[in-house]
Amino acid sequence: MVKIGVLALQGAVREHIQSLEACGVEAIAIKHKEELNEIDGLILPGGESTTMRRLIDKYDFMDSLKKFAADGKPMFGTCAGLILLAKNLVGYNEPHIGVMDVTVERNSFGRQVDSFEADLAIRNVATSFPAVFIRAPHIVEAGENVEILAKHEGRIVAARDGQFLGCSFHPELTEDHRFTAYFVEMVKEAKQKTLV
Amino acid sequence: MLTGTDRVKRGMAEMQKGGVIMDVVNAEQAKIAEEAGAVAVMALERVPSDIRAAGGVARMADPRIVEEVMNAVSIPVMAKARIGHIVEARVLEAMGVDYIDESEVLTPADEEFHLNKKEYTVPFVCGCRDLGEAARRIGEGASMLRTKGEPGTGNIVEAVRHIRKVNAQVRKVVSMSEDELMTEAKNLGAPYEILLEIKRLGRLPVVNFAAGGVATPADAALMMQLGADGVFVGSGIFKSENPALFAKAIVEATTHYQDYKLIAELSKNLGTPMKGIEISSLAPAERMQDRGW
Repeated sequence: MVKIGVLALQGAVREHIQSLEACGVEAIAIKHKEELNEIDGLILPGGESTTMRRLIDKYDFMDSLKKFAADGKPMFGTCAGLILLAKNLVGYNEPHIGVMDVTVERNSFGRQVDSFEADLAIRNVATSFPAVFIRAPHIVEAGENVEILAKHEGRIVAARDGQFLGCSFHPELTEDHRFTAYFVEMVKEAKQKTLV
Repeated sequence: MLTGTDRVKRGMAEMQKGGVIMDVVNAEQAKIAEEAGAVAVMALERVPSDIRAAGGVARMADPRIVEEVMNAVSIPVMAKARIGHIVEARVLEAMGVDYIDESEVLTPADEEFHLNKKEYTVPFVCGCRDLGEAARRIGEGASMLRTKGEPGTGNIVEAVRHIRKVNAQVRKVVSMSEDELMTEAKNLGAPYEILLEIKRLGRLPVVNFAAGGVATPADAALMMQLGADGVFVGSGIFKSENPALFAKAIVEATTHYQDYKLIAELSKNLGTPMKGIEISSLAPAERMQDRGW
C-alpha cells in the first residue's frame, strides 16, 4: 500500500486528496517538511506558484523537496506544481525545485478570461480527457528523455520525465481520476523497485 | 474549447484557497503584496477605510490604476464594480481583470438587482452575511463568495458573525432530509437547486473567503479556523505601520492557522495595526454590509 502526499502550503489541496482517495490510496496533506519522510510520492497542486515558493523558502522546504526527488520518489506537478518542478522557466534566471527537464512558460494561455476547458488525448491514459486550464502554463521545450503525453493546439501540456510527471491543467477539478491513477501507478512501481 | 464555464470560473477560486488576497492602490503596493506571498491583489482607487473617510459616492477605480497593477505583478488581479453596475463590470472584463468583486464597499448602482453574473466570461466574487444571500449570489452566477464583515473597520466581529452563520446554515442544510429543503429554501430566500447542490456536496459549491475586518495575523488565522477557505485583507495591510511585515505575517498565519507558537512569533514587533472602529459607533447609513440583499 502506498501513501501519497499533497503539498499543502496553498492551493487546491482538498481536490487532489479526494482524487487520490478515489484511486484507492492513502493521501495526506503535507504542511511540514518532516512529513515528507512518511510518503512514497508527492503531488504539487495548482495554486499560485509565487506564493508557494515564498512559503517553501520560509519553512526551509526546498532542500527536503530536492532530497525527495534525489531519492527517486515520484513527484507530480499540476499547473503551479509544474512550474515548481521545471528546470527552466521562461523569463526567470532560476528555477524553483528544478528537477524535471522541461522549460515552462507561466500564464502562457493568457489571463483568467482566456482560461478554458478542452478534451485532450493523453498518451497511455485516455483518448478523451476533460482538461481544465486556469491561467495555465505550458511546456515550451522538453529534454530528449522526456515523454510527451499530451498537446493542445501544438503546445505540450502534459509530460513525463522518469519519476516526474507534470501537466498544465487541473485533473483534480473533474471527476475523471485516470490521470491521477497513472501517477499512483508510477508511485507503486517506484516503491516496488526500492523493495526489490 | 470552452471559456467562461462554471468549472473554469469556480476552479480559478479553488486555486486561491489557503491564500490571502490584498487590497492595493498602486504598482508599488501590488509588488509588496506579491513579494509577501499574496495569491492575488484587489486593485482599488482607495482602500475601504479611506472610502469610509472620504464619504460621497465610491465607484469603480480609474482604469489606469487597474492597468498599472496588472502590469506590475504576475499574480491574478481583481477589481471591484458597484453592485448592479453592468457597464463597470463589462469594462473591467474588457480590460482583462482576472476576477470582479461585485462589492458593497462601493456605492450600489442598483438597490434592487445584482448583476446576472452567468453572462460574463470573467468570474465574480460576492459578499454574503448568511446562506440565503450566499445562495442567491451563486444562483446569479458568482463563482466565489466572501463574508461581508464590516469593511474598513479593522474589527473582525462582523466577519466572525457572518462566517459562523453561513457555515451553521450549511451544516443544517446538509443534515436536513431532502423533503424539508424546499421549505428551507423559502425561509432562507435561497434557490432550491443551490440547496440541493449543497446537500449533495456536503459544503458550498464555491470557495468562501473571509473579508471585512481582518487586521492582524491572529484575525486571519481565526477566520481560517472558523472554516474560511482563505482571507481578503483590505485596509489591514496598507493602513498598518509596517505593510510589508504585516503582509508576510498574515500570509503565514493563514497557511499555518493552527500553529499558535508560530503565530506568536510572527506577531512580534509588527508595529501598530490599522486603527479599528467599534461597530456600534457606526451610523446605520455607514454600514456597508447592509448594501445589497
